[in-house]
Amino acid sequence: MGENQPVLEVQAITRRYPGVTAVDGVDLALFAGEVHALLGENGAGKSTLIKMIGGALRRDGGRILLHGQEVDFRSPADALAAGIAVIYQELVLCPHLSVAENVLMGHLPQTPTMAVDWPTTRRLVATLLDQLGVTLPLEVPVARLSTAQQQMVEIAKALSRDSRVLVLDEPSAALGRRDLEHLFAVIRRLRERGVAIVYISHRLEEVFEIADRVTVLKDGALVGAWPIADVTMHGLVRAMTGRDLGMLAAPETTVGQPLKLEVRRLGRRGVFADVSLRLHAGDVVGIAGLVGSGRTEVLRAIFGADQPDAGEVLVDGEPVRFRSPAQALRHGLGLLPEDRKTQGLLLGRALRENLSLASLGRFSRFGLLQLGEEERAVRGFIQSLNIATRGPSQSVVTLSGGNQQKVVLARWLARRCRILLFDEPTRGVDVGAKEEIYRLIHELAEQGAAILVVSSELKELFAICQRIHVMREGRLVGEYAGESLREDRVAEAMLIGGASDGDAAVVAG
Amino acid sequence: MGMQRSLPAERILGRGHPRVDAREILTKYGTVIALLLLVVVASFASPRFLSPVNLMNVLRQTAIVGVLGIGMTFVILTAGIDLSVGATLALSAVLLAGTLDATGNIWLAMAAALLVGAFVGLANGLGVTLGRVQPFVMTLGMLGIARSLAFLYTKGEPIPVLEMDFLKLGIGYLWRIPVPSIVFLALLAVAAFALHYTRFGRSVYAVGSNEEAARLSGISVGRDKVLVYVISGLTAAAGAILYTAQFAAAPAIAGEGYELDAIAAVVVGGTSLFGGQGGVVGTFIGALIIGILSNALNLMGVSPFAQPLAKGALIILAVLLVGRGRRS
Ligand SMILES: Nc1ncnc2c1ncn2[C@@H]1O[C@H](COP(=O)(O)OP(=O)(O)OP(=O)(O)O)[C@@H](O)[C@H]1O
Ligand SMILES: [Mg+2]
Repeated sequence: MGENQPVLEVQAITRRYPGVTAVDGVDLALFAGEVHALLGENGAGKSTLIKMIGGALRRDGGRILLHGQEVDFRSPADALAAGIAVIYQELVLCPHLSVAENVLMGHLPQTPTMAVDWPTTRRLVATLLDQLGVTLPLEVPVARLSTAQQQMVEIAKALSRDSRVLVLDEPSAALGRRDLEHLFAVIRRLRERGVAIVYISHRLEEVFEIADRVTVLKDGALVGAWPIADVTMHGLVRAMTGRDLGMLAAPETTVGQPLKLEVRRLGRRGVFADVSLRLHAGDVVGIAGLVGSGRTEVLRAIFGADQPDAGEVLVDGEPVRFRSPAQALRHGLGLLPEDRKTQGLLLGRALRENLSLASLGRFSRFGLLQLGEEERAVRGFIQSLNIATRGPSQSVVTLSGGNQQKVVLARWLARRCRILLFDEPTRGVDVGAKEEIYRLIHELAEQGAAILVVSSELKELFAICQRIHVMREGRLVGEYAGESLREDRVAEAMLIGGASDGDAAVVAG
Repeated sequence: MGMQRSLPAERILGRGHPRVDAREILTKYGTVIALLLLVVVASFASPRFLSPVNLMNVLRQTAIVGVLGIGMTFVILTAGIDLSVGATLALSAVLLAGTLDATGNIWLAMAAALLVGAFVGLANGLGVTLGRVQPFVMTLGMLGIARSLAFLYTKGEPIPVLEMDFLKLGIGYLWRIPVPSIVFLALLAVAAFALHYTRFGRSVYAVGSNEEAARLSGISVGRDKVLVYVISGLTAAAGAILYTAQFAAAPAIAGEGYELDAIAAVVVGGTSLFGGQGGVVGTFIGALIIGILSNALNLMGVSPFAQPLAKGALIILAVLLVGRGRRS
């Protein structure tokens, strides 16, 4: 990209919060037809920066130029009208309204009598979706769509305003590989049409795949901006974290350890069936599969969050039947849920309360809280997980997405469970912290915990698991360990089921 | 580009002098500021307002609604609501008076009142949890039931209470402070302690903040919800004791409309109707604000017809003030 004028230029933009400068004099130039990756650790200020660009947040200093003209957006509606659409980390659709209504939200075509003009609406939306190359049911409430589909609705909504700048805040955090390919196809199409795209992600491979230029932030300030060809993976990691990261190998396979968790032919009608698993102390076992293959539901059923209607669960060899998560906790189980906003966080409450929520027993005596003990433990986790925060009393709603994830993860580490069920444990977490979390998982396994991990990132499973099950359409279709534990095989099984020639042979522990 | 700057330390300190955040102050101290403003205005409006006798009056009058507000705070913190407290007060009061009449035993009578309150709360709690009835609907139904039972029990005639030892609870003084106010403050201290220093208190906030997250973290959501309604029933019964002792009678219409005053005290005190935010200290201030306002309006001779108008306007204003800060 070159000497031509940027579509959007941000100069020395700043945003302060009490006690922290979230964005500190950052410059950013965006050109038509480029995909611009925005990188940085959790809490580096990425979301804050784009919220200011999108008119959702006031800035404390600096300028924003659109086509060379200074602009001052007072609301997201202003920015949208000027051609800047932002898709936030948390999607903001109206769950009960239809796809068509959501896409044209705020400017639904009307008949002369002020009623909604449905034929025109449908036609417009169909055209927009067509341009994106996606097919979606127009009449269905968006609550019934998958995350990937909801994202497409958001993008279509952005395009309906003919946006020249599209900002995507961690769009891939909740997507599996196949949905991601689809998203990339849409992004490339938009790039060809001259849209400038900002792409935020913690997965660096993606950045090399899709981006033309990258900008790196650290502690709210600009580190630098480069064409993608001029940087390496290592260079980016160093720019973001200020250090080099080592590589992790999955822990040794455990032999002769006691069986901690056994799942026998577990099933839940219409969701999954015939799921059998064995976890020994020290095992880190993965479940790979596409989004919607039933992985999350298996974890929930084991934990008693949903009731299975077939099969049984054995903990330490004893059959158990959990009617509630509270019972599962008493037997030493813990579940890190997949969606931190709806299932994990007490949003308006302090970090401290969020972190100790599952360990109130440990932090109280005769029903009285031992605040000192709690404080020590909380500070320990803030340090070991490198949570960017002003302190234990900061409300979690004001933490960055990745730091919120660290807090819910720490909740389960604090609980010291013997059997841990992790659903997307590092969603939205930066590379440095990811490594730290993997290390903690290994440590827990070494101390005798049994850990079952669901992740949409195959790379993650391969970094931490000795054994990987593949789930497809509600069934386990293969188990890979030792020699057979290869990324190509697992990926293939996820898409088309396990190979038939005994290739997916079980090498059970 | 490619420059490196901003040391973390410099960033944490926020560079230069830290801004005083007006919004934060409003959120935190909005209700206190409102209370102080009200006191200033009231003392200018009526010279009698600041007289010790009058202040003691305000305290006494605040006690009953304040006590109801304590239980209400627990319920609202879990994102529930209890519309039945006024009626529960009446039912507890008439049974208290009846028991006292029959046995002459003060302790037995008070125990009966508390038992009834706890029982009504239990019924509310079970309806909300096991029955999955919306708190608004469940307690609205209970309002009707309890009030009606009170009428049936008294057959429409107030039951007089003449036991002097008992009446001291309502009209007596301890260390020159009205006894009802002492009861109120004592209960307030217990409640504040429970909310901030016990495991149960933590659970209450967690349930109100995100019920599903609390459940998945092993909190017994159902049990805690039942408990908050029982607490609300108990504070309604405590309110009944104070009421009967203060008015020397237990009419079936006792406490009519008190549920709204209690809710107002909680909300003016900064507790969110969506749950998970607030506390009893706010409710204390909220109750004082409402008590002082009624008192000042009376002193100024404002017509009883216009008083609800002033109260209503004040509630909306206070919530606007607090909400403005919180939204940010
Ligand atoms: N309302 C707020 N009050 C106080 N601090 C805030 C608020 N919003 C954000 N912050 C702080 O600003 C900093 C930057 O947050 P931001 O959400 O921009 O990070 P991010 O780069 O998007 O991180 P992530 O990768 O985890 O999403 C964080 O330290 C965060 O705690
Ligand atoms: Mg972010």
